[in-house]
Amino acid sequence: MPDITLSRPVPVTTEAPLIRGLLIGVALIFVALFLFAPLVTVFVEALRQGWVAALDALRLPDALAAIRMTLTIAAIAVPINAAFGIAAAWAITKFDFPSKAFLITLIDLPFSVSPVVAGLMLVLLFGANSTLGGWLIANDMPIVFAFPGILLATLFVTFPFVARELIPVMIEQGRAEEEAALTLGASGWRIFFTVTLPNIRWALLYGVLLCNARAMGEFGAVAVVSGKIRGETATMPTMVEMFYNEYLSVAAFTLAAVLAMLALLTLLLKSLLEWRHADLLAATRRH
Amino acid sequence: MYRSIRISGPRLAKSIFFRSLGERGNKIDAGHTRPWGHLITVAWPNADGSYHHALRTVLSAGHLHARLLAATGALGLTFAGTVPVAAQEGVEILNVSYDPTREFYREYNELFNAWWTAQGNAPVTIQQSHGGAGAQARAVIDGLEATVVTLALSADIDQIAERTGRIPADWQSRLPQNSAPYTSTIVFLVRQGNPRGIEDWDDLVAEGVQVITPNPKTSGGARWNFLAAWAYAERSGLDPAGFVGAMYRNVPVLDTGARGSTTTFTQRGIGDVLLAWENEAFLALAELGEDAFDIVVPSVSILAEPPVTLVDGNITSDAQRTAAEAYLQHLYSPEAQALALSHYYRAWDTSLAAPDDVARFPDLELVTIADFGGWAVVQPEYFGEGGIFDQIYEE
Repeated sequence: MPDITLSRPVPVTTEAPLIRGLLIGVALIFVALFLFAPLVTVFVEALRQGWVAALDALRLPDALAAIRMTLTIAAIAVPINAAFGIAAAWAITKFDFPSKAFLITLIDLPFSVSPVVAGLMLVLLFGANSTLGGWLIANDMPIVFAFPGILLATLFVTFPFVARELIPVMIEQGRAEEEAALTLGASGWRIFFTVTLPNIRWALLYGVLLCNARAMGEFGAVAVVSGKIRGETATMPTMVEMFYNEYLSVAAFTLAAVLAMLALLTLLLKSLLEWRHADLLAATRRH
Repeated sequence: MYRSIRISGPRLAKSIFFRSLGERGNKIDAGHTRPWGHLITVAWPNADGSYHHALRTVLSAGHLHARLLAATGALGLTFAGTVPVAAQEGVEILNVSYDPTREFYREYNELFNAWWTAQGNAPVTIQQSHGGAGAQARAVIDGLEATVVTLALSADIDQIAERTGRIPADWQSRLPQNSAPYTSTIVFLVRQGNPRGIEDWDDLVAEGVQVITPNPKTSGGARWNFLAAWAYAERSGLDPAGFVGAMYRNVPVLDTGARGSTTTFTQRGIGDVLLAWENEAFLALAELGEDAFDIVVPSVSILAEPPVTLVDGNITSDAQRTAAEAYLQHLYSPEAQALALSHYYRAWDTSLAAPDDVARFPDLELVTIADFGGWAVVQPEYFGEGGIFDQIYEE
């Protein structure tokens, strides 16, 4: 056997170390500048007068009411959108019917419509100047400038998240497993719970987390229909703006920091689940 | 007997419904919320503490409420005993207001409730909503159930009256002084030392000067700004449309409300001069430091009358009507007028005000809306669809 000297392998499929370092550096600086720095600023501003002032700001009745409002809205909007999102994705991917493409476009509508327009549509539909709105207000069931309006605005804006996550996954998975279950005599609900749901659970989780993040953070549509009544129809994002406009910058940034922490918590939860179920995940999903 | 608790920093809450939670502090029922915190010991004034003296201390100090209790106590008006909980069920007032009144109404609501309960009434829950005056009027027209509106100019209230019929057409004669319990005017706020040397309206059309003012379509203050500039041009023999047009060409951002413009100028650092409500300019100085900005008083400005009125069509009960009417009428009381003065508004009754609060206002020549023919004429002609502002801004 001839004597072969193995030299250090030279990577031929990658760039020179200098260029690599430069590219990574640019990426890191970009991330630091545009993601990390603004987030840190929020926390720094919140703690400008110390922990005590920040915690005191959170105990303001208006801040507490806004937090309660946002959590309530998310707790109602997310399950509703999850249920309808699953139903829509199930119908679109497991059945054939005419105008399916049109339905998918409709589901995407809230993504393409500006949130302000969404809010204004609600005002036009349910405001005092429409027949329906006039009747509802006369019967003491106001929609806009009250809780139902804020909920409707949030539902509209966050509608596509779950369905949009589910549809590609369910198309990819096809319907062979469901058909097999059907030939074995399983009922519709049985198929859904034992075949479909386990297959889509990761996509569903992503959809729900994204939906939740948006539901808590939505500003535009909610601002139009909220009426800005302090302690009554103010959500966290609208309250942040109000505090800021009232020179209560510690309160504004503390509330903003809480909102950011809720978002970070959502991401953390997602990463944790991914990490714990990495093998399962690899088998069913590629996020 | 009233008790006060400190909920955070200088913020206090008060109520007659009080519950001690021992170690964990104290809880009170303030109508729609039940905050908790530490009990405030009310410092009673000395024997010589006359009503005027006590009240003046109240108005010049941050701890409004605790001192106010002291003041009412000095008058012997403190309402002793406890009202049954059922009796205070539910009178609510929603005050839909414009941008710069946030701080004033936050304190006025406490002052009113203290006075109102001292008369033997159950406390009223007062909710506030603030935004650009035009946008707020729009919200009321679209169904925001305001009990009272306290907006920047009568044209906005006229709009509500005209489009919904929830306010009678003659609303402005229902309260004294054209229903304007406080007035203000338009001044300039410039950066410290006035680096651009802005002294009067004609400096605003100079090349390269950035002027910050909100959008007259949505903001009441902006309409007063517009008319004040117009009045200056007329008096100086300039072409008003050309002059105001040149001024708006120097505006880089049109915010929807006065407070938005103020934050654009003061906190985002955009622009050389802010056309501001006088009260907003003083507030910015007080909040953000006297060394950051200067107030410049132009040679001519306009008497801005922000009116208040009851939205009759939204009243649901007699109790609410009584409370809401009292709420508006009490704005004219010497105490409330002094409070308005301490919030940098020009008020009518200075009898209880601190001399400093009165002396602060510079004398300047003020034109009135009547000189333009009243808002009924001005609103469509200048700010209506295709009106003078539209024509100027399109150029």
